[in-house]
Amino acid sequence: MLPSAPSLDRLKSLLPPERFLTQSAELAAYESDGLTAFKATPLAVAVPETQDEVIALVRACHAEGIPFVARGSGTSLSGGSMPVEGGIVITLNRLNRIVRLDHEERIAVVEAGVINTAVTLAAAPYGLLFAPDPSSQSICTIGGNIAFNSGGAHCLKYGMTSNHVLGLKAVLANGEVVEFGGASREMIGPDWTGLFVGNEGLFGIALEATLQLLPKPECYHTVLAGYHTIEQAGDAVSAIIASGLLPGAIEIMEGLAIEAAKAAVHADYPPGCDAVLIIELEGPREVVAADRARLDAILAASHPVEVRPARDANERLAIWKGRKSAFSAVGRLSPDFIVQDGVVPRRRLGEALRRIGEMSREMNIRCANVFHAGDGNLHPLILYDGREPGALHRAEQLAGRILKMCVEMGGSITGEHGVGVEKRDYLADMFSAEEIECMKRIRAAFDPLGIANPGKMFPGKEAPALTHHGLHPLEKAGVISRE
Amino acid sequence: MTPTTPEQLAEAIRATPCVLAVGAGTKPRLSQCDATLISTRALSGIVEYEPSEFTFTALAGTPVREIAAALAKSGQYLPFDPLLVNAGATLGGTVASGLSGPGRFRYGGLRDFILGVQFVDGEGRLLRMGGKVVKNAAGFDLPKFFVGSLGRYGVLAEITFKVFPRATAFRTVRIPTDNVAATMMSMSSTRWELDALDAACGGCDASSQEVPAPPSAPKGSGEAPSATRASQPPWGAVFARVGGPAVALDALTAEILARFPTGAVLAEDDAFWTSVREFKWAHADGVLVKVALTPKRLPELCAALGDARIHFSAGGNVAYVSQPAFEPRFAGFDALTLRGDAPLFPGIAPVVVPGVKTALDPQNRFPSL
Repeated sequence: MLPSAPSLDRLKSLLPPERFLTQSAELAAYESDGLTAFKATPLAVAVPETQDEVIALVRACHAEGIPFVARGSGTSLSGGSMPVEGGIVITLNRLNRIVRLDHEERIAVVEAGVINTAVTLAAAPYGLLFAPDPSSQSICTIGGNIAFNSGGAHCLKYGMTSNHVLGLKAVLANGEVVEFGGASREMIGPDWTGLFVGNEGLFGIALEATLQLLPKPECYHTVLAGYHTIEQAGDAVSAIIASGLLPGAIEIMEGLAIEAAKAAVHADYPPGCDAVLIIELEGPREVVAADRARLDAILAASHPVEVRPARDANERLAIWKGRKSAFSAVGRLSPDFIVQDGVVPRRRLGEALRRIGEMSREMNIRCANVFHAGDGNLHPLILYDGREPGALHRAEQLAGRILKMCVEMGGSITGEHGVGVEKRDYLADMFSAEEIECMKRIRAAFDPLGIANPGKMFPGKEAPALTHHGLHPLEKAGVISRE
Repeated sequence: MTPTTPEQLAEAIRATPCVLAVGAGTKPRLSQCDATLISTRALSGIVEYEPSEFTFTALAGTPVREIAAALAKSGQYLPFDPLLVNAGATLGGTVASGLSGPGRFRYGGLRDFILGVQFVDGEGRLLRMGGKVVKNAAGFDLPKFFVGSLGRYGVLAEITFKVFPRATAFRTVRIPTDNVAATMMSMSSTRWELDALDAACGGCDASSQEVPAPPSAPKGSGEAPSATRASQPPWGAVFARVGGPAVALDALTAEILARFPTGAVLAEDDAFWTSVREFKWAHADGVLVKVALTPKRLPELCAALGDARIHFSAGGNVAYVSQPAFEPRFAGFDALTLRGDAPLFPGIAPVVVPGVKTALDPQNRFPSL
């Protein structure tokens, strides 16, 4: 049932007209997020500038029973910030103050709309950094990172966003304003902050967060190694793990993804390689020097085609540029693609890739693989042409088979992108009906009316309109990239 | 009641109207409440351990000591340095009490290493949340919520953790200082990537070395430390630990000593850190309280506490306070009593969201906080 006009009037009265968008041309920009295959048109888009305005909007939504979706920069790859029909979008980009940065206590208090890299930029003069580094970090917001517990290339050592959020101020969907945790790295009582992070927008809206900052590693040692086969690259990863080294990042790109990166950003990879491995060591220079000697020996014994250590910061950036642009680069090979985010136990990576290859051939759908090898987080890129009838559906079928395989292997349907709209039908593959009911009861404690980001995470709701889109416009422009 | 399987645990909980789980009882104050106690001691054993995955799963009653020994065989460890391991602390008790040791300074606390739980809710249902792989974003993060939940929202049956390879060598530098907070903060963002940064105040130096006298109170002057604390930043000893390949540690240690000329390498460092983790420095029959704070509030806490023994950990983000007998001096601080005759929360009471309690335990089978 669509809310009646007066209810929107109440919301409208909370903001000046230029910050309450209702014209279809204005709404179009908010129809979709990083998961471009889905879109929906909201009733309105509210553009608050202060925390009090967000609180007032949420309270009005609660009073009127109007669904709302919080949105930062709209980079979610699981459709997490996709609007709901009959609801409004609350954009948080203008809540972008860094409230306080205390370098002695190594914390930053920031509003939800602050961009991820802005935190690290603010911390850099003190030799500190904010560790979570999703590939969209140059535009994604802290609020979105918190809602989806975003990852990045350095999760093996540093963990996800949740590991770096010490405290939160949030407006719950029931209109209540809460403060969880605080500036201390320790706490007393249950970890409410930990429960809130990763709620996918189903509890309410984070307004402000206290983030922990870490000392920036003094020294990096980044190596790119090319292999004839993916198995060889996988064996090298196993040997690194078995050696007791703890690299900051271990990444693999294979086949199609390598070709794409070469074509798009002229990534210079050793010829004749079907797999490229990137390893990064970091820490005090003496530690890195000692670890590097061990890593060199392991790589030398791993039958590489070539091993290329980055000799300076520019070469390091070049290696990462090839990796982080891989997804958008794949866009050159195909008008459309779906990014998957399943996780398998690391020791089964080789088997998982083999099975993905088999399924891809069997269904005659091209699939490029890029993954966080250190933590078993796969990112198969399933290529399709949305103009071709049924192509998206078939791509989704392959994606579904891959997710089920991940669960069967003892892994997860999502490592860092969240369930969102995209994977909600697979939540039941990981959790029993009783477990999902338990999550729903917890959700209801924060959102009794079910108005905060409805239709996400939980299976069984009416499917949103599926539409064919292309790449995200910013992705096409090369401004952002996907993890 | 001593269930041996998660199913028996669930059954025992269904049969008991008011119940609290207890492990080895190493934090006895946490289980002092008006409820039937269920022991998890027989719910013990490592279920899965794959060194190549950096993960293990164990039943909640498994002694952490047993897990640490199994991990050590593969050169791995729980980087948050669990407390009271020698005393027999169980994995479930460690999670429910939310305690991390000195090692949490570098890679994070217990909350940063817990991946998944199987637990019994207030209706006696056996539920799993989280996952068994090092990276997982599916569903709400209930495993984190159980950290510090004190058994009041559910009883843990089985827990999965992430582990790390353990550094091959460690060194500890002990630095006497007349300003513990300033010394710790000056070290916390250096290039050394300290593995632990602790401090001892009030004559409780677990390294058994002489604590320097307060600068304004010459030895033998008879001035009480409490008076000194109230008037100036607390004095004591800071302990900085580095970990990594042995060849690298000599250089790092030398640089720390050059920066802090009063410092010295601690010879018996293993014994010292064991003493810290086991609270050997605390009054045997006194009150032991955990306080969560920030380094800048350290002087305020010391001033409030008078002559209590205080051990700071995690760069001054947590204090463990030992009083011979309880004195209510924790106002304005987040505090939890671990042992001794004192209120469970002698300072600020923790946040409660009643709806979440109802969602997990509608009949209040577990005592409310």
